[in-house]
Amino acid sequence: MSAVVGPETGIAVTPAVPAGAGVRRRTSFRAVFGLAVLLLMSGAAIAAPRIAPWDPGRQMLAKRLRPPAWQARGLREHPLGTDHLGRDILSRILYGGRISLGVGVSAVTLSACLGVSLGLLAGFHGGRTDALIMRVVDVFLAIPYILLAMGVVFALGPSLLNVILVMAVTRWVQFARIVRADVLSLREREFVAGARARGNRSLRLLLRHVLPNALTPIIVVATLELAFMIIYESALSFLGLGVQPPTPTWGWMLSDGRNYVATAWWLATFPGLAIMLTVLAVNLLGDWLRDTLDPRLRV
Amino acid sequence: MPPPLLAVERLQTHFPTSRGVLRAVDGVSFTLERGEVLGLVGESGCGKSVTSLSIMRLVPPPGRIAAGRVLFEGEDLFAKDDEAMRRVRGARIAMVFQEPMTSLNPVFSIGDQIAGAVLAHAGGGRRAAWEHGVAMLDQVQMPSPRQRARDFPHQLSGGLRQRAMIALALASGPAVLIADEPTTALDVTIQAQILDLLRRLQAERGMAVLLITHDLGVVAELCHRVAVIYAGRIVEIAPVRSLFARPLHPYTRGLLQCLPHPSRFGQPLTTIEGVPPDLRQVTAGCRFAPRCVHVIASCRTTEPALEEREPGHFVACPVLR
Repeated sequence: MSAVVGPETGIAVTPAVPAGAGVRRRTSFRAVFGLAVLLLMSGAAIAAPRIAPWDPGRQMLAKRLRPPAWQARGLREHPLGTDHLGRDILSRILYGGRISLGVGVSAVTLSACLGVSLGLLAGFHGGRTDALIMRVVDVFLAIPYILLAMGVVFALGPSLLNVILVMAVTRWVQFARIVRADVLSLREREFVAGARARGNRSLRLLLRHVLPNALTPIIVVATLELAFMIIYESALSFLGLGVQPPTPTWGWMLSDGRNYVATAWWLATFPGLAIMLTVLAVNLLGDWLRDTLDPRLRV
Repeated sequence: MPPPLLAVERLQTHFPTSRGVLRAVDGVSFTLERGEVLGLVGESGCGKSVTSLSIMRLVPPPGRIAAGRVLFEGEDLFAKDDEAMRRVRGARIAMVFQEPMTSLNPVFSIGDQIAGAVLAHAGGGRRAAWEHGVAMLDQVQMPSPRQRARDFPHQLSGGLRQRAMIALALASGPAVLIADEPTTALDVTIQAQILDLLRRLQAERGMAVLLITHDLGVVAELCHRVAVIYAGRIVEIAPVRSLFARPLHPYTRGLLQCLPHPSRFGQPLTTIEGVPPDLRQVTAGCRFAPRCVHVIASCRTTEPALEEREPGHFVACPVLR
């Protein structure tokens, strides 16, 4: 971008801060890596019916608990091995990504919308609005979220949409708290007072002057929450409240494989790896996004 | 005589505290004519800034405007509903704050912010608003305004930020500019440049300016008239020459004697003994009496009213003649 203006001005320009270029290169590496992994993951999940070698639900008991292909008893047609019912792990990971990524992303989006709006409201208005919202937050924090989720799912029935709703409704407080804390300090800043003195409406103050300045922690929380949501979904599935087996999800595969971890490590390892890679990619992308959106950190 | 552009009448702004009501502004009245620069001078905590925030109806809670009126173009601002008041802010009465470092939104370019201000009041297209913003930056003598419009606040120096702030405040062509210590955070050379700029813009636009400052040098530079405020009350209000030539209130005299002067070279600077009164305790009589060297018995019992000694020169002190 700006480092290569030297030639056209005809003056030999040595970059004043050589480290700056390094920072930018690392920045774009993070973005490219994160984006590539995420695209790969979601692409694979979307294309699962076309690229998966097996039906994820097909049980072949003769080939149960086979290790990955490169190991001694491994089979070429099951690159990542099979589980205790003889189902192909690679196929299950590909299909599982559809649920895990889909549910994770929608739940985080929904919970962010809810939490950010309520956090903005609480922090900006203060007084009774703040007290009311924050007491609700306290209640949500005090009740174990799994318990809350159980109650709601029992009442509404375990459908995919309900699971997403429950996950969002039990986790919005994470966003609300962090946003409120930021808004409390932002609203006292002079540029907000100045914007008010220029006759901006409250809504505009919030959306244009307060929210953009509170974006950094929101992005960080969102990336962390995505990882949490994937695990959360598995916990709900494990309790029979989430997506029902035999539909494969990463979280379910992980908790299912736990029983065999001493004898058949690949059952839990590969879905775990999928979750880890996704979270890593999202975090890297989030990091990069944060730096790009913050003009002070832009090179 | 036409009515003044802005008239503040017996304004009282109070802040409830745990130890009684703090009367930050207690009966302040003044007028601002079209095209006039009025200085509001006083020490920290005397109610200068609260007066300006009261005019804009932006007193931070729990503070509240307890009494008085502010007439702007003949209309009582305190009687307007919130939406009507919002349309006055920025469009008709604009403010420039003291701290240029924190008064601009850090995540938008200054061009964006000025364009936003234009759009909020004048409407029109984004492109036109941006061009207007560039023109405004040019008017405040921002070097290469077209490039600078794309800069973010952190990329500008303090002086340039204050220029951007002024451009932002003037973008919608206000009739009154309230400048709250616009040069306090700047170093001396930049201060002079900003004052020059304000004077030029004021003259070009025929805009009225309420300049809030504690710096008598700034007052002498820029103002037509000065109001000296002490402990929430105006003690003296006069044309700038008259005030500097013949200050009639002991507090004003004290302030002027605090300034270094060639004729007093080598002598230590004078100070005003004591501290301003606690604004939570209302006392009878003149508020300056405890610190006043000319104090007489009646000062402690009756509150002096402003009286006109010379044409346009009002003072609230019956002792000094």
